[in-house]
Amino acid sequence: MSTASLPRGRYRRKDVVVAVCFLAPATAVFVMFGFYPLVRTVWLSVAASDIFGNVTGFVGLDRYADFFADPALRRVLLVTLAFVLATVLPTLLIGLFLALVLQARVPGIGFFRTLMATPFAFSAAAAAVVFDIFYSPSVGLFNGLLDLAGLPVAQWLTDPATALPSLALVSVWRDLGYAMLVFSAGLQAIPESLFEAARTDGAGRWTLLRRIVLPLLSPTMFFLLVVSTISSLQTFGEINILTGGGPDGATTTLVYGLYQSAFAFGASDYGLASVQAVVLLVLVMVITIIQFRFLQRKVFYG
Amino acid sequence: MRKAATLAGLTALLAVVIFPLYYTVAGSLMTQEDLTRFPPALFPSGLNWDNFAGVLRAVPLARQYLNSIVVSLCVVAGILVTSVLAGYAFTFLEFPFRRFAFGLFLSTMMIPAEASIIPNYLTMADWGLVNTFPALILPFLASGFGTFMMRQFFMTFPREVYEAAKVEGCGHLRFLWSILVPLSRPALGTLAVYSFIGTYNHYFWPLLVTNTPSMQTLQIGLAQLNSVEERAPNLILAGVVMAIIPMLVMIYAFQRHIVRGLTTGAVK
Repeated sequence: MSTASLPRGRYRRKDVVVAVCFLAPATAVFVMFGFYPLVRTVWLSVAASDIFGNVTGFVGLDRYADFFADPALRRVLLVTLAFVLATVLPTLLIGLFLALVLQARVPGIGFFRTLMATPFAFSAAAAAVVFDIFYSPSVGLFNGLLDLAGLPVAQWLTDPATALPSLALVSVWRDLGYAMLVFSAGLQAIPESLFEAARTDGAGRWTLLRRIVLPLLSPTMFFLLVVSTISSLQTFGEINILTGGGPDGATTTLVYGLYQSAFAFGASDYGLASVQAVVLLVLVMVITIIQFRFLQRKVFYG
Repeated sequence: MRKAATLAGLTALLAVVIFPLYYTVAGSLMTQEDLTRFPPALFPSGLNWDNFAGVLRAVPLARQYLNSIVVSLCVVAGILVTSVLAGYAFTFLEFPFRRFAFGLFLSTMMIPAEASIIPNYLTMADWGLVNTFPALILPFLASGFGTFMMRQFFMTFPREVYEAAKVEGCGHLRFLWSILVPLSRPALGTLAVYSFIGTYNHYFWPLLVTNTPSMQTLQIGLAQLNSVEERAPNLILAGVVMAIIPMLVMIYAFQRHIVRGLTTGAVK
């Protein structure tokens, strides 16, 4: 007796009932806190609303036009892009470097790998709080070191030139362990026989890296690129704790702009906040769809 | 010789990467003077355990700790239940619009929580749930990733065992509970660890929906501590040490689970 061979379009009544019951709890959560709020966000972005989020009128795409036309509003996009670049590229490069170095055949390498992953134990808030102490202008460790080296001290978080890189450093440090673990998993999936064959052919370290490791690691790299970009776009805790979006908007990313428009200083500008939420949503969806496309192609032609 | 050089290089690299962790632990045992003098101290002048008592006096960190643990455990339990049930339906049951429903479940992974955070806040305000546990827990009780993961795991389950159980007259719930769940422990463990870490580290949502120190979670407590005790980094670092202990235990005890959870989809 086989279940799989039911004629198309005919279902066992009992199975359908059980399926509905089993899917109901997750569906209820997704509808209430996933799909419905998404529709409401889009609606709030084209409507006028009061401080309770009740819609009082319709403004259409005006806010989107303003958002993209007004340099002061549009700036959050540039800050977001700068922040993504300043976090994702260093995380990937350093993560890859650490993973490669940790392939070394020395005793206790597993111990090194585990310890190297410990920054992962820090939440955004925990890392931000610790780095806030490092960045302290008067008594912080970073300025202490600069001073010892005879260099001028920096106003890490309050100087518009250094605020964004200082924030990025916190994120990079926190994400390093993760990138390293993922790269290590990718490296270990490369069959040892490939290396042996190449070595027998007289390939040196660089050739091995360039011709074997990097090409075979490219799916891992792509995965990390997508995941890190999305998580970088969503960064909130570090900004909230370290700079509050300042100085003068220098670290106000899309997510932080959304928060400030809707919730900070009693602003309650749900319209502008929702425009930023929709832009964020579109960015994340586009990146995810590109990832799916790429993975499909890899499956079909890879 | 070469090995010694490699080890030395690795040790130097490790020292740089985990320096903030070292400084957090060392600083949690330093005095306020150690942390604020010049040149900066790298070692505590003594073991000042009172920092830990001090930070608990300064802010209700113990209560916030409890809040974080309660919220994270509730979310983990919820995600396990909803994901196992949904994953079961998508693997073993035939019903109309199955593919479409599965696609819809997966699509929730594409929605960044920040994009729906304003209406979710308004919903909680409408329901009068601001500053309560349900507000912290309800939105996270289901997971597209969790459903996907459980389905992937159930797909590897031999179909014949399922057929045989059916022939024996074993109902869906009994099959699920007494056969499938015990055999799915690795996947359940990975999902539990992954969800616990995610929830424990939440920041944006708890910041919005809590407004009294006794309802705030540990992460918000750390941020508050940072702003009220600015002049006492020793207390702040003691708070951070307490906050990261559960995470450190997890990453050492469940490293395999974490890597598996994080790399789902990364390596073919």
